[in-house]
Amino acid sequence: MADAAARFNDTVMPHLDAAYTFARYLARDRDCAEDIVHDAVLRALRSFEDYRGGDARAWLLAIVRNCFLTWAAARSKAGGAPAVRADGGTDEPAGDPWDREAVTPEAALLRRDEAAAVRTLIETLPEPFREALVLREMEDLSYRQIAEITGVPIGTVMSRLARARTMFGASWQRLLGTDAPGSGPGREHAFR
Amino acid sequence: MTTAPHAPRQEPCPDQALLLHGLLDGELDASNALRVEAHLEGCCACAEAYARLRAERQQRRQPGLRHRAPDALRERLAAAIAAEAAGAPAAPAPLAARTAPPGRPPREGGSVRSGVLRRIGGARGGLALALAACLAVFAVLPRGLEPGEPPLPDELVSGHVRSLLAAHLTDVTNSDQHGVKPWFAGRLDFAPPVVDLADRGFSLVGGRLDYINGRVVAALVYRRRDHVINLFIWPGTAAPGGLRRDRTSREGYSLLRWVQAGLTFWAVSDLNPTELSEFEQDFAARAPA
Repeated sequence: MADAAARFNDTVMPHLDAAYTFARYLARDRDCAEDIVHDAVLRALRSFEDYRGGDARAWLLAIVRNCFLTWAAARSKAGGAPAVRADGGTDEPAGDPWDREAVTPEAALLRRDEAAAVRTLIETLPEPFREALVLREMEDLSYRQIAEITGVPIGTVMSRLARARTMFGASWQRLLGTDAPGSGPGREHAFR
Repeated sequence: MTTAPHAPRQEPCPDQALLLHGLLDGELDASNALRVEAHLEGCCACAEAYARLRAERQQRRQPGLRHRAPDALRERLAAAIAAEAAGAPAAPAPLAARTAPPGRPPREGGSVRSGVLRRIGGARGGLALALAACLAVFAVLPRGLEPGEPPLPDELVSGHVRSLLAAHLTDVTNSDQHGVKPWFAGRLDFAPPVVDLADRGFSLVGGRLDYINGRVVAALVYRRRDHVINLFIWPGTAAPGGLRRDRTSREGYSLLRWVQAGLTFWAVSDLNPTELSEFEQDFAARAPA
């Protein structure tokens, strides 16, 4: 038992930051991310005997994702805003944060803090796209590993990544854009 | 997407758009990577889109985007792991306590979890994940290419394209067969036949070493008009289906295989199949049988 715990500490615990990063981008909430990771690590510990080697990080991240889905399902059942559909599919892009916030002091702050701005843009992506992007670029997983974890074909992983990057790029360009915030076609509502 | 176009941004070619991401992620096999790279050389819109993708990924890779697990969480987990190791009942998972609807046992919350967790946590899931992790190399096959086909023709086309792109057509440039043949001696554990076919309209350009299918092979380079022919040669006569001769095509290149004198020959060219067939017959007639 102590051996297993030591092995767990050596194999799985080094990926705690990865698990927490993934949970933060999924849940977009500090406290919930902490709970999700706590739950995930305990689950991983209890099913550690089933772990057959391979990439421990991918294994842990798959468990983190399941804990997130549990949390999201419970939250929506409890009457909260649905965080994500059970099948992970929310195909409509979320609102563009810069439309609403472009004139607020927070937005001005974000414009000065590039990392925070990028983080916000990623967090604004709809769930399946955000998930694919974070697993690929933050966690450096292969298409095949992402497909395994998210339970979709590799082709879907590829198109989700492409879509995520396109959406990110459009928001980023708008952020960098030289035009005044709120101007341009499709943005009239910002003035209401 | 509902976002309005901002600056006029050129869209990449529709048939390349996904491949650009594959290239960015290093998930394309060698021949597709080469093909997309070749396309980028000639297509401004795609080259610009690719540069933008790279720049934006750089944005997402800057420090400060990853999170560090809070120390309090780290300590709680260390304590829980130690308790579990000592055989003590671990504290209930916080999620179950916090999110379970009242009146239901916390462990049953969510069919999504139970289904997926069984798969991931179970031995089969563990095996599947382990297997997936062991597959170090994965090639994204483009549409139109049947999975399960031997990758060898792709590799040969890659070798052919590489030799043209990298301006590395030949290591030894000599139109004289008696200059090329000795060059291979000492560099290979077999002696590839080098024949002069100038009178048949195929001029010998030279030879080089290439790396195909995990081994060093000989490549002879012939030319007819503006068309380059790469002739790859290695020992062995193993072939799918035991055919002594077969042909295929890849991405507009013709490939022709035959075996002769215990050697396998693969000719690759953008020459039309008929003329490549002539080349094979002329070469085979003059090489030692």
